[in-house]
Amino acid sequence: MTTQGKRFFLALAALAAVLAALPLVVTNPYYLNVLNVVALNVLVVTGLNLLIGFAGQISLGHAAFFGLGAYISGILTGTHGWEPWTALVLAAAVVALVALVIGMPTLRLEGNYLVMATLGFNLIVSVLMLQLDDITGGPSGYTGIPPLTFFGAPIATDLSFYWLAWGAVLLGLLLARNLVHSRVGRGLKALHEAPLAAAASGVPIESYKVKVFVVSAVYASVAGSLYAHYYGIITPKTFDIFKSVELVTMCIVGGMGSLWGGLFGAALLTPLPQLLAVVEEYKDIFFGGILLLLLIFLPQGLVGWLEGKRVRPGGRAF
Amino acid sequence: MPRARDVPGPGEGVAVSFGDQLAQYVVSGLTTGAVYALVALGFCLIYNATRVVNFAQGDFLSLGGLMAYSFLGGAGLPMVLAFPLAVASVALVGALLERLAIRPARSRQVMVLIFITIAASILMRGVFKHLWGKQALALPPLSPETPMHLLGATFTPQNLWVLGITLVAIVALVWFFNRTLTGKAMRATAINPSAAALMGIDAHRMTMYSFALAGALGALAGVLITPITSLSYEVGVIMGLKGFAAAVLGGYGSFLGAVVGGLALGLIESLAAGLISSVYKDAVAFVVLLLVLFLRPGGLLGVKSGDRV
Repeated sequence: MTTQGKRFFLALAALAAVLAALPLVVTNPYYLNVLNVVALNVLVVTGLNLLIGFAGQISLGHAAFFGLGAYISGILTGTHGWEPWTALVLAAAVVALVALVIGMPTLRLEGNYLVMATLGFNLIVSVLMLQLDDITGGPSGYTGIPPLTFFGAPIATDLSFYWLAWGAVLLGLLLARNLVHSRVGRGLKALHEAPLAAAASGVPIESYKVKVFVVSAVYASVAGSLYAHYYGIITPKTFDIFKSVELVTMCIVGGMGSLWGGLFGAALLTPLPQLLAVVEEYKDIFFGGILLLLLIFLPQGLVGWLEGKRVRPGGRAF
Repeated sequence: MPRARDVPGPGEGVAVSFGDQLAQYVVSGLTTGAVYALVALGFCLIYNATRVVNFAQGDFLSLGGLMAYSFLGGAGLPMVLAFPLAVASVALVGALLERLAIRPARSRQVMVLIFITIAASILMRGVFKHLWGKQALALPPLSPETPMHLLGATFTPQNLWVLGITLVAIVALVWFFNRTLTGKAMRATAINPSAAALMGIDAHRMTMYSFALAGALGALAGVLITPITSLSYEVGVIMGLKGFAAAVLGGYGSFLGAVVGGLALGLIESLAAGLISSVYKDAVAFVVLLLVLFLRPGGLLGVKSGDRV
């Protein structure tokens, strides 16, 4: 195994150890809840980072994939009495298909067409969640979603969900790492550094980009399903365009295209609005201001900064 | 089942003919469309100068309406002073956005710059909410609301003001970019920044002008549309996104495309809401956006391939 590979698994093991120890210190259900939300965000952001880092594209529609996962899981279990895990898998399959339909035509093109398409998609999904109130419960949300089960035992407490969510994060990071080091990952890395050379060497750029986009949407869908079964109630507002912006922001603040960046970004930004609630009146001003300063002065992200990465000035195009 | 909306038809209470309804939808569609066109032009200006999609464009619209409200009500200025002052002050905010957030950015990556505009948008909305509150405010129309009738459609003077002023703004822009030295320098910078710099054009300054102009266009849209819709600190969010859809529909970055896209989107939206269902009115623009990206990514007036510029 390469040194880099060893470093990854060491870091992953260290993270697992910290996560295992954390509930010994953190017993307050409120803080556990915050940690759980962080975990779900990390899961989505890990998928997003694959897309940003390896396809060089951003999506402003990941909150919609997150929301579709949540609503499909919620409705299948709540209204139709499905078994939660089966619903989660089906939701992920549907979301994968949707991502395929959006990604195929737009990732063919040079430029930032995926951003535009995903942005439009998110807005449409939000309208549907609000308006199809017979099915979705409308603006007040969909309630009565049963919890997931573990060999028949419901995962209903904050602590049991903590194990599930962070277990999913570790698994997600591992899978993402394997994808990065697979044939697809190497092809995409080549594509990122020298698109022409990659294409000339026979890397099927378009299909790889679409694959990564679909995988990243599935990450979001699974996180959404977990979210729905954890809270038992879901509302359209949780999955609007602002959530999509927030998710990409986590990627950027943590470090774009870095697998660990997502972890840092989500851990830092998830509790920030709650912390800023102390200054409720100025919350948005502080949040926007902090974000602005980070983006202007630390565009390589926290992980990039810690690794001493220099800012890549970059060209004018994506 | 088609039904008349908002503005009552000429024979209110009596059955309204289908033709009259159609005329009504066209009038309201063109009015909103003109405003989308102004917003789309703002997107277009900044995109051409920097390749950045400016997500604060909608907030320029909100701020235009809010400033006009304060100049009118707060400072007690007459309309003829208050509205131009509102437009000018938002132009200044646009220039400041470039000078204080875009220019000092340590990364020139377009993705980072786009997110700087998103952060600026969050910050601006926070400031607006603090200064003007959350409640809906009202901006008076440019002249008294006496309804007029033409070809079965009923419209107010404000409809005419919106269309007329938008037309004037577009003519002024065309004149500016084709006849003035600054306008030509801005175009040169948009086409090839390095070559323009070699000719002694200050590219930073031209970019700042683009932001100022985009601010002015957004503010103009706000001053014109908020008497018809309503005015609040976040009114620009959805208008901005629709203006963005209009820009894509016309062909992102193309001036004529922005105008055509804006009017077309306004019409499509109004007809779809009137003839099909008004429940999904807000989704129409984005369905159009997706269809354009899938079928003709260059937009109506853009090049066929997505690989433009």
